[in-house]
Amino acid sequence: MTVFWKSGLVLPIVATTIAAGGFVAPAAAVEVTYASGVVGAATERFKEIVKSWEEATGNTVTFVPMPASTSDQFAQYRLWLAAGNPDIDLYQTDVIWAPQLAEQFVDMSDVASDIVDASFPAIIESQTVDGRLVALPLYTDAPALYYRKDLLEKYGAAVPKTWEELTETAKLIQDGERADGKGDFWGFVWQGNAYEGLTCDALEWVKSFGGGQIVETDGTISINNPQAVAALELATGWVGTISPPGVLAYQEEESRGVWQTGNAAFMRNWPYAYALGNADESPIKGEFDVTPLPSGGDNDSSAATLGGWNVAVSKYSQHKDAAISLALYLAGPDAQKERAIKDAQLPTIVALYDDPDIAAAQPIVPRWKEVFMNAVPRPSAPTKGDYNEVSSKFWSAVHETLSGNGSAADNLELLEIDLDDLKGSGW
Amino acid sequence: MSQALTNATAAPAASRRERSLDDQRRRAAFWFLAPMLLMLFCVAAWPLLRSIYFSFTDTTLTDLYGGKWVGFDNYLSYRQLSSGKVIWRGTLVDPTWWNAVWNTVRFALISVSLETVFGLIVALVLNAQFVGRGFVRAAILIPWAIPTIVSAKMWGWMLNDQFGIINDMLLKLGLISEKIAWTANLDTAMAAVILVDVWKTTPFMALLCLAGLQMIPRDIYEAAKVDGIHPVKVFFRVTLPLVRPALMVAVIFRILDALRMFDLVYVLTPNSSATKTMSILSRENLIEFNKFAYGSAQSTLLFAIIAIFVAAYIWLGKVDLSGEKNQ
Repeated sequence: MTVFWKSGLVLPIVATTIAAGGFVAPAAAVEVTYASGVVGAATERFKEIVKSWEEATGNTVTFVPMPASTSDQFAQYRLWLAAGNPDIDLYQTDVIWAPQLAEQFVDMSDVASDIVDASFPAIIESQTVDGRLVALPLYTDAPALYYRKDLLEKYGAAVPKTWEELTETAKLIQDGERADGKGDFWGFVWQGNAYEGLTCDALEWVKSFGGGQIVETDGTISINNPQAVAALELATGWVGTISPPGVLAYQEEESRGVWQTGNAAFMRNWPYAYALGNADESPIKGEFDVTPLPSGGDNDSSAATLGGWNVAVSKYSQHKDAAISLALYLAGPDAQKERAIKDAQLPTIVALYDDPDIAAAQPIVPRWKEVFMNAVPRPSAPTKGDYNEVSSKFWSAVHETLSGNGSAADNLELLEIDLDDLKGSGW
Repeated sequence: MSQALTNATAAPAASRRERSLDDQRRRAAFWFLAPMLLMLFCVAAWPLLRSIYFSFTDTTLTDLYGGKWVGFDNYLSYRQLSSGKVIWRGTLVDPTWWNAVWNTVRFALISVSLETVFGLIVALVLNAQFVGRGFVRAAILIPWAIPTIVSAKMWGWMLNDQFGIINDMLLKLGLISEKIAWTANLDTAMAAVILVDVWKTTPFMALLCLAGLQMIPRDIYEAAKVDGIHPVKVFFRVTLPLVRPALMVAVIFRILDALRMFDLVYVLTPNSSATKTMSILSRENLIEFNKFAYGSAQSTLLFAIIAIFVAAYIWLGKVDLSGEKNQ
């Protein structure tokens, strides 16, 4: 089968089947396994989506559910891949994993040229390591600022464009609501726990203040600068004033918990919170809207950390052809459209943002294009295998600053020294 | 005379027979133990030796078999800069490692002390005769029976600053004036972890202490009662010395457990520098940071620290683990 592959005979077949939206069944039906983290109804949704692929090819897909925490998934995948585990054919991977696991995934740049051409170049770039396309994008993710329309109206405030405006407006609404007897009301909730999510939040503050993106694309360490210090100082001022002190232990779901019970005026979160906030049993249904995250300081462009999930084929898979066919189907336009319509998951194929069906079913999706235009990648590509440690050092420095352990300037200077040591002679 | 002669000649024969019988028993014992020894070698000794070996190489998880021997570099190494300044590297000069060691030791000492005191109190209560004692004994074991991950999650929600029941109760009782973020706050994170651990493991201590208490003969207490000794004096002069051997063994178990503390912290306060233990740090390096060899070095040190602790404890406490003194 590998010989068949290398001869390139199968490539035109795959390409034409994608265009035709159908699949040619391979010689013998096989069973491929797909490992993915599970949030909400992901298992059922996955089965619905792969059904047409299963029918077209005669193959079956076994879904291997994994914990929701991305770092738990990463740890397990890394162990499986290190052991050369042939039991899992496809892995659903986070946008930041490609450089760290690249060697263990199959290069799909030749077979996926249609998808490559149709997708956002930045996303394809993030999954390309040394010229090898190691994972295909399934959907992308970028956070936005959620705000309460009704409360902004009540207090006659405009939607904040800068972090400073947000700080003032949040304080105004919080004071007003508390005076009305809502003692648990807070101005702004976000993700302050010491974990990957804090890297995302803090990268947005720093970048939107014009303070760079921790490590630049050419590998220089840029984090120790006055804009970054100003950004962290502003954020430190939120803890205990407009944000609950416990925000330092919040991940996405804890902040959504405060927000969706109607106890916050603003929230920074990913698109998934939109559908949940508008569910029938939600107390804030129809009372909120989203906007791109604010900018800060003298800088006038905002920043949203690029998230998103991809599908990769394991080098150790024994059914590589079927696995690649499934990856191409899952990353293809039909599956992306289905996910966008059913779960409001943001497509990575540019043309789908103008798709009338998606716009009708999930009006939020086309609007997110605006957020997505200012997306900033985490420095996973330049730092390669060291990314997790870079991120951990960054979120630790930020968490220490937010907790009042040292000033922003001191902590960022220490961080720069640490990152310099880690970098050594090169990433 | 002839009797004495036969005795004299019979003695070596008998001892020969005894020796061979002893040998036989020893051989039989070895064969009975062999499967277990083999099993222990495969699941305990081999992985241990492997990770000690890894700690002297530059292995990464991407390439498990391609590591090169680097000597003690993962533990301690130095480089001289062109300016003549010497820079030390390695786990032994890594402040995060020593922070983790301090966290672990502090956690182990405080939690085990509290568990021992509470466990002994609970055991004394359960040792008394009262109606429904069997039921209470079973009920008190429930925290111990709940898997740590589940109880950590449960407590995580109870300690949550906004929705948590602990804050709600303390506020209503007027003990605190505003909600406290127990797991987020660097000052309270360790207290929260210790609280959950004490809640979970006190029943285990109580059970081991109870077993020790029930070994104490009743007539000693009766004698003390007849002599009119004050109960507090009875406790310190009779109960405590007699229950001490059982207590010491229980404390060893708990110290071993507490020094390799992982699951509770991993769920409750995964990345807080105030609670990061040695196991958490070594796992982080092994798996998350692509520093497999460095993490192995930390695991090896963890093993060494536990070994030293237990050896020191046995030596200081003269704990009789083999049970030979009682024979």
